[in-house]
Amino acid sequence: MRPFAYERATTAEDAVARHAAGDGGGNGRGGTAYLAGGTNLVDLMRLGVAQPARLVDVRRLPLDRIELDTDGGLVIGAAVTNSDLAADRTVREGHPVLAEAVVAGASGQIRNLATVGGNLLQRTRCPYFQDAAKPCNKRNPGSGCPAREGEHHNLAVIGHSAACVATHPSDMAVALAALGASVRIRNAEGERTVSLDDFYRLPGGEPECDTVLEPGELITAVEVPPLGMPSRYRKVRERASFAFALVSVAAALDVDRGAGGGGAAGGEAGGGTIRDVRLALGGVAHRPWRARRAEDVLRGAPATRESFLRAAEAEMEAAEPLRDNGYKVPLARNLIVRTLTELGEGS
Amino acid sequence: MDSANFSGEAVPVHADITLRVNGRERALGVDTRASLLDVLREDLGLTGSKKGCDHGQCGACTVLLDGRRANSCLALAVAHDGADVVTVEGLAAEGELSPVQEAFIENDAFQCGYCTPGQLCSATAVLDEAARGWPSTVTADVSSDPVLDDAEISERMSGNLCRCGAYPGIVAAVRQAALRHRETAERTDA
Amino acid sequence: MTVLDRVEGREKVTGTARYAFEYPVDGVAYAAAVQADVARGEVTAVDVLSARELPGVLAVLSCVDAPRLEPVPDGELALFQSARVSYRGQFVAAVAAETLETAREAARLVRVEYAPESADVVLRADHPGLYKPEKVNPAFPTDTEQGDPEGAFAASAVRVDATYRTPAEHNNPMEPHTTVARWNDDGSLTLWDSNQGATPVGETIAKVFGLGADQVHVVSPHVGGGFGSKGTPRPNAVLAAMLARAARRPVKFAVPRQQMFATTGYRTPTIQRIRLGADEDGRLNAIVHDVVEQTSTVREFAEQAATPTRVMYQAPNRRTSHRLVRLDVPTPSWMRAPGETPGMFALETAMDELAVAAGVDPVELRIRNEPDREPESGLPFSSRNLVACLREGADRFGWAGRDPAPGVRRTGRLLTGTGVAASTYPAYLRPSRATARAEPDGTYTVRLAAADIGTGARTALTLIAAEALKADAADVRVEIGASDLPGAPVAGGSGGTASWGTAVVRACEALAGRLNGGAVPPGGVEASADTTEEVKGREDYARHAFGAQFAEVAVDVDTGEVRVARMLGVFAAGRIVNAKTARSQFVGGMTMGLGMALMEESSMDERFGDFVNRDLAQYHVPVCADVRDVQADWIEESDPHLNPMGTKGIGEIGIVGAAAAIANAVHHATGVRVRELPITPARLLPRL
Repeated sequence: MRPFAYERATTAEDAVARHAAGDGGGNGRGGTAYLAGGTNLVDLMRLGVAQPARLVDVRRLPLDRIELDTDGGLVIGAAVTNSDLAADRTVREGHPVLAEAVVAGASGQIRNLATVGGNLLQRTRCPYFQDAAKPCNKRNPGSGCPAREGEHHNLAVIGHSAACVATHPSDMAVALAALGASVRIRNAEGERTVSLDDFYRLPGGEPECDTVLEPGELITAVEVPPLGMPSRYRKVRERASFAFALVSVAAALDVDRGAGGGGAAGGEAGGGTIRDVRLALGGVAHRPWRARRAEDVLRGAPATRESFLRAAEAEMEAAEPLRDNGYKVPLARNLIVRTLTELGEGS
Repeated sequence: MDSANFSGEAVPVHADITLRVNGRERALGVDTRASLLDVLREDLGLTGSKKGCDHGQCGACTVLLDGRRANSCLALAVAHDGADVVTVEGLAAEGELSPVQEAFIENDAFQCGYCTPGQLCSATAVLDEAARGWPSTVTADVSSDPVLDDAEISERMSGNLCRCGAYPGIVAAVRQAALRHRETAERTDA
Repeated sequence: MTVLDRVEGREKVTGTARYAFEYPVDGVAYAAAVQADVARGEVTAVDVLSARELPGVLAVLSCVDAPRLEPVPDGELALFQSARVSYRGQFVAAVAAETLETAREAARLVRVEYAPESADVVLRADHPGLYKPEKVNPAFPTDTEQGDPEGAFAASAVRVDATYRTPAEHNNPMEPHTTVARWNDDGSLTLWDSNQGATPVGETIAKVFGLGADQVHVVSPHVGGGFGSKGTPRPNAVLAAMLARAARRPVKFAVPRQQMFATTGYRTPTIQRIRLGADEDGRLNAIVHDVVEQTSTVREFAEQAATPTRVMYQAPNRRTSHRLVRLDVPTPSWMRAPGETPGMFALETAMDELAVAAGVDPVELRIRNEPDREPESGLPFSSRNLVACLREGADRFGWAGRDPAPGVRRTGRLLTGTGVAASTYPAYLRPSRATARAEPDGTYTVRLAAADIGTGARTALTLIAAEALKADAADVRVEIGASDLPGAPVAGGSGGTASWGTAVVRACEALAGRLNGGAVPPGGVEASADTTEEVKGREDYARHAFGAQFAEVAVDVDTGEVRVARMLGVFAAGRIVNAKTARSQFVGGMTMGLGMALMEESSMDERFGDFVNRDLAQYHVPVCADVRDVQADWIEESDPHLNPMGTKGIGEIGIVGAAAAIANAVHHATGVRVRELPITPARLLPRL
């Protein structure tokens, strides 16, 4: 890998100031990059995909706490490790979908290194992005996207562009998307907060930008609103563990079982009316995919398999599968129905 | 100390660090690019930790880093200045094999042995993680404390690839070591 | 039954067992290699200036300026000898430097220019370049034919005619291919090397550098797996030695995982058409097995995928054939049970299809087609217990009363099913040498250049020697893994323990004869053996191990995920020397077969000409959680026609048939017949 200078920041302000003192730019050739757990950045540097000239280490910043709001929401420090997040009792009890998503990702030893901030910023595992000897618009803008006509069986089916068909690899971010989380960001001017929906971008004509982060901006925390309903994370992969998702679903479902029997006529899934629902998909798009169309179909609908199927189909109508990943459309549909059914049954 | 020399090419950047490795303080000068794995193997001669992929995809490099298992290939040594590291060489206290090491031999939990140091460090940490009640993806209810059954063991050991396919032996060995671990803990409690 | 813990177990669990990269060699430098970025063409220029200028760089070599090597049959070892690029990923340059980081960075700075040509990298059954090789690996006839297979097939009451595809697969041993090379003052070369046979590696590398065989010292006591890919020397050994000479320093090189996918071998993809013609009771009248595979333009490797079909079932009319095409791809090579593994996936899936078509239980179908002699050669079997394995396995697996109807066992969102397949692998014996020495302290030392790549060979040879010497195993020390020891064949073809063990037994017998019950003199007593004549003089028998594999799968109807709930293999492989390590061999093979069935596939991008999923996150091998209940057992055979131990070899048969058993179980579970591996959600879900 390319030689780089290494500095360790002491506070978030210090980190941002150190970054600003460098050459700017991201973790492409030259420039400064933030280093946290390193589980993806070091990997990409060794591949020659990331070539920063300078690393500012933010792993030991005092951003390693998980705080509970008075209303039941969470503020998760960016330097909290995946392991600590998944092991946290408050998270496991109040936001189980988040803990489930985190332990569905990577391996025990990677989760010990990886941090919340780094997890959000990990890059796609598209094989062409990871091979510095091949074209890739995300790595080398304007060079082309060989994945579109190449090996893409595990790439995007929805929201992709002519320039890029990458998927976002994070499990955690899918749960956070479903939970309506926001990202707290530090920059030279101060702090700003961006909802996860706005944080991640679709590729469009600028696939090199995964997020709306400006150069030098640092994630300091993730804010998660209270949940208050059953939730679940389901992940499908090509082996039983330690693999990226083909498709994953993060879901939360609040069913009013006493509300006039709504769809109880169907008698399925315990009946009741859906008061609230959160749904996000992983493995299908350039970003964690919040399934708002499905949510809209479901709110106020009877909690039946038919509703779940209708919602899933409404969401996947926008899918434009590539030559070899059409299977992800029924897979996502089935997984949505399955997960919501299980939540509806309280199983 | 800036390395960047963009007209020509960059030169290595050195850093002085200290590590506590298997209980011993080690002061080292390292290239900022060096992984903890390469520092252990090439600078300290602790070749027990293995390099199978160099990208965190196989687990052969797993060590205990500040008490937790970690892929030492993904850890830049310079970033872990001051860390406490236990490698496979540090698992046997004064030559006496740890229960995990003994169980690996008894259950033939390896063949070629190349993944074994990583498996052993991982297994050692799994016992600790389970004792602390950490959930896994096969824990039916993440809000409850898991019971370390075979499904839990095999899930938790899945970050350590074994191409020889010694997995049944590995699960049996961890199960056996967990039992001894609990018995020891109970004796200590008593 | 003998149960001995692995004799090097303590070294392996304490991290003291040294693998190739780990030998402390004074002044050692680090190597990194540059791979071709085109699949076919000529290197027109190599700019090494910025690499050479990097502080710490000691030497740079490339295909435009490297020293000449002696030609050897394996063209993959003609490193940097030509500007011709034969496949993408071929090594075209290399760097030695003071540190690994510097070497890798310098390699990145080497600029190579090419005159690319259009490349042909995709195997097709109708490829115009298909040809008939002279023989298939290692020396089997390419084609065989008896009777009137086409006519008999056409006239059969029950017919199966199907084409099966297996993808390129990579061995992926956990230890990368590694060499530390040092040129000694006397002109000899020492290689600490990761391989499956120090003797053949030493002989080959000696030829490459124009040295005498005794001028190359190969040291490899511990090897982190090979599965065939370390059976021959790879470019890494040549690269390290060339750089060491150029840098005037010892040099070490471990092939990075990503580079292994092009430079250390893989299993060829196969396209296999099988036709089975049977009467209404399922008795075979015709078997036709036609195989299409690839090789490279560098050297021919012809995988013998149809050879198991010559061994398995009776049928008066039969044909096997192999056709190859030379593509602009890396050279395929040995991967665990080359030939049998893909071939038996096809044959044993076809047998399952025949069982369904004929309405005969698949275990019974195989028993009904059991031959009394090897079908094509007419030779008697030295022993054959396939039927016993099928019966014992069926009994223990709970096969009796199985409802053959596919797709009807549903629990919640899971469909379950069971499948069976047979296994076979030849019992090879090759010449070997060994010495046995009685020490004055009452212990024994046995020496030979055998390899223990995880097989348990060191442990098995200890037991074999102890038995021959009537000594306690604790008093026997076996020294292996170095070319300076008595010459021994490669750990390959499941013939290691048989070949080495025969030499060990003969050496121990000679030693016992020399001792003749007397005391050991102060200097010790040594005897040696060479089994060349013994191996030549064997009677004609068909010698094969057999087995039966059973699998139960659960298929998720929503996701297409297949999980193997349990697997049982029952094998008949002669005498089992050490139950403990033997079980691991069988289970390990079955586990690799599980990977083949469900996840292993190297994906070729035809525009670039390389395998795109070239790391362990993208090339999936089974993890611990994939292996739930995999059990292996065996039927003890007493076969006097094998070797003095009565062993057949156990390293490869475990993978043979495993994928078919799983695929057949998937059919039983779902009614979907998947004829192309692996069975991923992408392939299965659209058909559920």
